[in-house]
Amino acid sequence: MIRRIFVAGLLLLTVALSAQAQDRTIQDVLQEHSDAIIKSSRKTIGPAIDAVANSALPEAQDVLQAWQSKDMWVREEDGLFFKAEKLDSKTYALTDFVTGEPAGEVAKDEIDQIKPNSGIRAMLGAALVQFQLNDPDPSLRRDALLAIQRDGEESHLAPLRASIANESDPEIKELKEVTERLLTISFDEDEAARVAAIEGFRGSLSLDTRAALNPIVTTEVVYAEELSANANVKRILRAGSRDLSVDEAYDLMVEAGAVTPQPSVSERKAALESNIVDGSVGGVSVEDLNTQEARDRAYAALADAGLVPAFDPDFDKASVVTGVQFAEVYSEPSAAVASAAEETLKSISRTVGLNQFFDLSLDGLSLASIYFLAAIGLAITFGVMGVINMAHGEFIMMGAYTGYVIQQIIPDYTVSIIVAIPMAFAVTFAAGVAMERLIIRWLYNRPLETLLATFGVSIALQQLAKNIFGTQARPLTSPGWLDGALQFNDVVAISYIRIAIFVLALIFLGIFLFIMKKTRLGLETRAVTQNPRMAASMGINPDKVNMLTFGLGSGIAGIAGVAIGLYAKVTSELGADYIVQSFMTVVVGGVGNIWGTLLGATMIGFLQKGIEWFNPSNTLAAQTYMIIFIIIFIQFRPKGIIALKGRAAGD
Amino acid sequence: MDFIRKNPSLPVFIAGLAIFTLVVTFMSEAYGAGALSTSFVKTLGKTLCLALVAIAMDLVWGYTGILSLGHFAFFGLGGYMIGMWLMYARTKLIVVESMASAALPPTPSEISDAIGTQIFGVVGSSEFPLVWMFAHSFWAQIALVVIVPGILALVFGWLAFRSRVTGVYLSILTQAMTLALSLYLFQNDSGLRGNNGLSGLQNLPGADGISQDYISIWFFWASAFALLITYLIAAFVVSGKFGSVIRGIRDDEARVRFLGYSVEGFKLFVFAMTAVMAAIGGALYYPQAGIINPAEIAPIASIYLAVWVAIGGRGRIYGAVIGAAFVSLVSTYFTGGQAPDIPLGFYTIKWVDWWLVLLGLSFVLVTLFAPKGIGGLFDLITHRMSPKRGGAPLGPDDGSLREQEAEK
Repeated sequence: MIRRIFVAGLLLLTVALSAQAQDRTIQDVLQEHSDAIIKSSRKTIGPAIDAVANSALPEAQDVLQAWQSKDMWVREEDGLFFKAEKLDSKTYALTDFVTGEPAGEVAKDEIDQIKPNSGIRAMLGAALVQFQLNDPDPSLRRDALLAIQRDGEESHLAPLRASIANESDPEIKELKEVTERLLTISFDEDEAARVAAIEGFRGSLSLDTRAALNPIVTTEVVYAEELSANANVKRILRAGSRDLSVDEAYDLMVEAGAVTPQPSVSERKAALESNIVDGSVGGVSVEDLNTQEARDRAYAALADAGLVPAFDPDFDKASVVTGVQFAEVYSEPSAAVASAAEETLKSISRTVGLNQFFDLSLDGLSLASIYFLAAIGLAITFGVMGVINMAHGEFIMMGAYTGYVIQQIIPDYTVSIIVAIPMAFAVTFAAGVAMERLIIRWLYNRPLETLLATFGVSIALQQLAKNIFGTQARPLTSPGWLDGALQFNDVVAISYIRIAIFVLALIFLGIFLFIMKKTRLGLETRAVTQNPRMAASMGINPDKVNMLTFGLGSGIAGIAGVAIGLYAKVTSELGADYIVQSFMTVVVGGVGNIWGTLLGATMIGFLQKGIEWFNPSNTLAAQTYMIIFIIIFIQFRPKGIIALKGRAAGD
Repeated sequence: MDFIRKNPSLPVFIAGLAIFTLVVTFMSEAYGAGALSTSFVKTLGKTLCLALVAIAMDLVWGYTGILSLGHFAFFGLGGYMIGMWLMYARTKLIVVESMASAALPPTPSEISDAIGTQIFGVVGSSEFPLVWMFAHSFWAQIALVVIVPGILALVFGWLAFRSRVTGVYLSILTQAMTLALSLYLFQNDSGLRGNNGLSGLQNLPGADGISQDYISIWFFWASAFALLITYLIAAFVVSGKFGSVIRGIRDDEARVRFLGYSVEGFKLFVFAMTAVMAAIGGALYYPQAGIINPAEIAPIASIYLAVWVAIGGRGRIYGAVIGAAFVSLVSTYFTGGQAPDIPLGFYTIKWVDWWLVLLGLSFVLVTLFAPKGIGGLFDLITHRMSPKRGGAPLGPDDGSLREQEAEK
């Protein structure tokens, strides 16, 4: 109610002023306050600024801006004010405020600069706010509002309120109302208005709201025996409780002067050191002072002699602070406002928590799709064929480096990515086929040896990549349309690149299912992995099928490399970072089943994000606990989430 | 005598190790001609420790068929345990010395605070974490060298073996274990100085007046002695009935189980025993290396361990020793920059860059064409030939030996 009257009054004032100002120019207004302007004192300048700002003349904004940027000068001969622009060191070009026309050139010594100090400039800035808030350009209005939200001042409140009624754009009007409430919370004198504004923010997610509310609920723990009556007490505390340790309570009492502090250990030591006489202190020789008891004895002797402040060796902090009242006190004097803010923050934190959970789920989903992408090639070579390929990570790396090389040749990022994906597939497909032909096919019944031989390939490839590309990270730049993030609100956001990886993972799932279930190769692969001899007698060439399947798995690893390279730096260790996690994804999910791999990746991704949420600063710990969890999980489901049964299980 | 008859390589090995130790001693700077630099003596001492842990790996992989990719975790833990005492004791000496000039003699709590600040300053802390509880006591830490890795191996092995995780799954699981441990130690609040690790371990407390020339040769002797004992234990374990059972587990686990042996118990015993051996190796290795950090127990280190054993020849103890010594010394030679570059005209092969490529490829070749490894060469001398089985394995399990690897 009071606010409305205030706004109405302000409007009336504006209208009255504009009616009165029909026949006078801005120069007249300036001349009326000429003395104050030239004197440029913060104490007396107020009416002058108000007069200009409220003159309702179109030139007022221009004048205030010129004034603020120190471009307003006064001509000495007639005392008129002009905007002046420096031509050279001696000459200035004047511009008339009223007409906006050039008003001739003058020598520097004929005019005087008006030099507002920083305080006055701030007042001018506040006066300018109303012009910005009513600017015809909506984007300027929005910018001004956002600037106020970031860095509001008490003086912004009145012009802001005045500008709400005339706002035509509904979106900006809403922004203005929000901004007005933020400013009300921080600066309004009226308690009821503040409470109303605070309650208006229930469930709001904006960071600015929380920034405005948090100072209201900041509290301070104080010694409460001599608390003034009008203190806004949140609650009474006792020392030794969970919220107030004995040491803290004791320090508060010392600070309040309620107890005389005992000399601390280091103070007593310093006192002993400064009282050494002939190799002994207080009758105790210095060599014996290597225990705290001996030092206490020596100090007591000094205290008895009156050389140092007294010290009671039986002194106990706990007994001093017991029974003493301490209180948590709001820095905000009004109890109603503080409790309203607490209530609103509680509701906000509920909403924020909900949204954070949503955000975390998105993070988990994107991590899961990264793991899935890294593991899907392995799901073919390890899951379907049972070949442990320790060089799988290096195939991912080869894919990423292929993308990097293509970007060096094709500068356009979009085109280069489109070219890089099939190229990466081709390169790693060829590498996979070569490795299968040269090494793995000799070791099909020796899985442990496969592990070691492919590990040999892995270290050779890693070192080779180091020799070719160097040890420093190479960038694989994503196209511009993948920059930025999809912003739902201040809490929930996901970068486009992660969405792209998620989509890519889904596409791969589809491709995998299609190849395995709908194509001749998939049929033959399943036949060969279940029973190679039977498959061979049915006319399938197991060598060829194994070669192609292994090549396919490696090729998919290459494409995953391009995707991973887009958001991680491409180094020779890129693949090694993923290999253990990829294997665990496949093992946890259940070997030989793509849905298992999907579930495994989802579980690992979500769990890792979940663990990180408990301890956000520490991804290393999250990974550690994750691996321990997997080791324990394997105890209960040694064959993974989805275990193959019957003949498909192979044993 | 029966023991030696079962292990014909034993006298040769003991003689070889003794001669090697004597030669190194008389060529060292401390006790002899000085032909070997102190740093090279240290390298040789470290190599003996690596040979020791390779024996452990051979027991668990070559004899029992468990390809553990996590034994370097135990090696590193042993190093950490001894490193804690070394670092504590030495820092304490330094702190006490620097406090001696103060006006008042320091109290025990002042000394402890100063040590904490010295050690944990790099990770922004000055409190002693709980894991340093026994760091002041040499004997307690020596006991922990054995206890901590032993208990970790027991718990991990019990969990893994009772759920019948075998073959490559077990390999990946052990790899996950060592990855988890190294990631954990990389944190600053793990209590073991994060990625700074423990350093200055080559300075023995109270031995400031003794030059590293002497200390290095003492550690060399200790390493040689430990290797000898480990070799004897390993030879004893594999030559008796126990050895027959674990070889049986390697070649056909199900059959051994049906014969009434507690396969899990045997595996667990071998796993824990080799973990302790590895830890002792680590406790001797890291004082010679001078520094230990979590990168030492990254999964790659354990895989290298398997590489050494495979190249040396798994399933024979001297093979593990030869493999570890050969590969690590050749690695030192090539990566240390001593090897001459090979100019090809258009390109110069720098061994520092190309050694790992060569190692990886030769490893592939050994796996493919010489599964017996270097140890197989001795079969040529003693005219041992494999039975003709048409290439079939001796047993159906993943870890079982192939015909090419089997002895007569």
